[in-house]
Amino acid sequence: MVLSDMFAFSFMLRAFFAALLVGTLCSLLSFFVVLKRLSFLGAGISHTALGGIALGLVTGLNPVLTGTIFAVGTAMSTGYISRISKISEDTVVGIFYASGMAFGIALISTFKGFYPELFSLLFGNILAVTIPDLMLMGIVLTVILLFVVLFFKELLAICFDEEMAAAGGLPVKMLYMGLLAAMGLAVMVSIQLVGVVLVAALIVIPGATGHRLSVNYRGMLAVSLITGLVGSVSGLFLSYYYPIPPGASIVLILTVIFAFSVAVQPLLTKLRYAA
Amino acid sequence: MEEVVVSARNLCVTLSGRTVLEEVTFDVRSGEFTGIIGPNGAGKTTLLRAILGLVPIQQGEIVVMGTPSSNLRDARSRIGYMPQHQSFDRRFPLSAADVVATGLLSPRTLLRSIIGKKSSIAAALHAVGMEQYSDRSFQDLSGGEQQRILLARSLVRRPELLLLDEPSAGLDFPAQQSFIELLHKLQRKDDLTVILVSHDLVSVAAAADKLVCINRSMHIHGRPGAVLHSLRLDEAYRCQFELFRDAEERSSVGIE
Repeated sequence: MVLSDMFAFSFMLRAFFAALLVGTLCSLLSFFVVLKRLSFLGAGISHTALGGIALGLVTGLNPVLTGTIFAVGTAMSTGYISRISKISEDTVVGIFYASGMAFGIALISTFKGFYPELFSLLFGNILAVTIPDLMLMGIVLTVILLFVVLFFKELLAICFDEEMAAAGGLPVKMLYMGLLAAMGLAVMVSIQLVGVVLVAALIVIPGATGHRLSVNYRGMLAVSLITGLVGSVSGLFLSYYYPIPPGASIVLILTVIFAFSVAVQPLLTKLRYAA
Repeated sequence: MEEVVVSARNLCVTLSGRTVLEEVTFDVRSGEFTGIIGPNGAGKTTLLRAILGLVPIQQGEIVVMGTPSSNLRDARSRIGYMPQHQSFDRRFPLSAADVVATGLLSPRTLLRSIIGKKSSIAAALHAVGMEQYSDRSFQDLSGGEQQRILLARSLVRRPELLLLDEPSAGLDFPAQQSFIELLHKLQRKDDLTVILVSHDLVSVAAAADKLVCINRSMHIHGRPGAVLHSLRLDEAYRCQFELFRDAEERSSVGIE
């Protein structure tokens, strides 16, 4: 098993860079998703995106573009509706989740045809990533990274106590909507890696692992980034050597890392109190 | 005569179609310690949020330090706020100093570093007697210690007006007493104007210069002794209070 063999294939090299980009992007946002308790939103956005993807497929538009519009629209609408109507985000996501899927299924059933891209968008196909896809992922990562770096302390304060942040005069609604839009974008570019069905794991597990293993936000962010990168890259390697789809192997490795964090957390807590 | 810091006139607030506050009028003067009391659902928290301009006002007005609450902007830096403890996750991965630092954030600190504000954080922690806990994880602290850290957060910008919403809820009696004593000490030392929302009639009556009793509408306001002896208190709480007066003329209260 030699890595250079793997990278002899240009599609594997592209897949490797896609895993690095998406792993970084998702684990960065996962930090905020877990702290703001938006885990279900990740699953909701991805499933709603199916409606947008289906719309793109049946109309001949770019399904990634239509899916992105649906994903970002869902994320921001969820925030807006839950605020103005005082309905919890979970409830709003639950409604969008099902209705987006239903819309997608209805479109595909009505406009019967052959949609080979649909399967790869449902279950992910990192090996089919193209250079333009990588460029799109790079642009999305850069924009989101810029947003997070510029407003990190404010986003952290909003995650901790939104009421206090609003009382201090911070533009809470704008930053929160920005975070939701970033989630929508991240989910959409990640769908190519692991698919609609599994993308929520990339948005949730790295941050959840960081939260288990660290009691300060710097450590949590570092563990989240390491988990996301290790999970994405090692999942890709695993799928190269064993007949497991990359999306599934990435999510399984992330799950193993999370299970490990749950197992060692009591020990870490004991060590911390002993120190 | 002391300056009026908060002035509410005929205040009406409706949330989701329900009238939460109706015709509420009162003044809070500089350096005064005012307790807002009332039964559950009386609109006490909404009143604090209205002072902060966080809820829309349908009728009437609130003026805070000469500025309408709907347009506080720069005046916000002169207000400290400690929301109800339910508003945050106690397992959040921040150190005590990090929690206090969140109190420094404002529109002025957007895109700017607050690393140079370490002395303000240290001073706020010192003021509440928690300087040695600076690097401790917030989640490892007891409920009483966490409340002190949150008080330090609301003091970090050296406010003139301090708003506290049930700050001692969930604490045992000694911790509640200790918290109220600390608050009183800080108020005297810095001549702070304090507005404290509390369910605990006994401790708030002992600490406050003035009580405002609301139950959606204004029921009574005045000196604690007068408020606690008034039949309008019974009306607000829809029960009968039996009053005892202790040697220091401070009122304690029991329910019949």
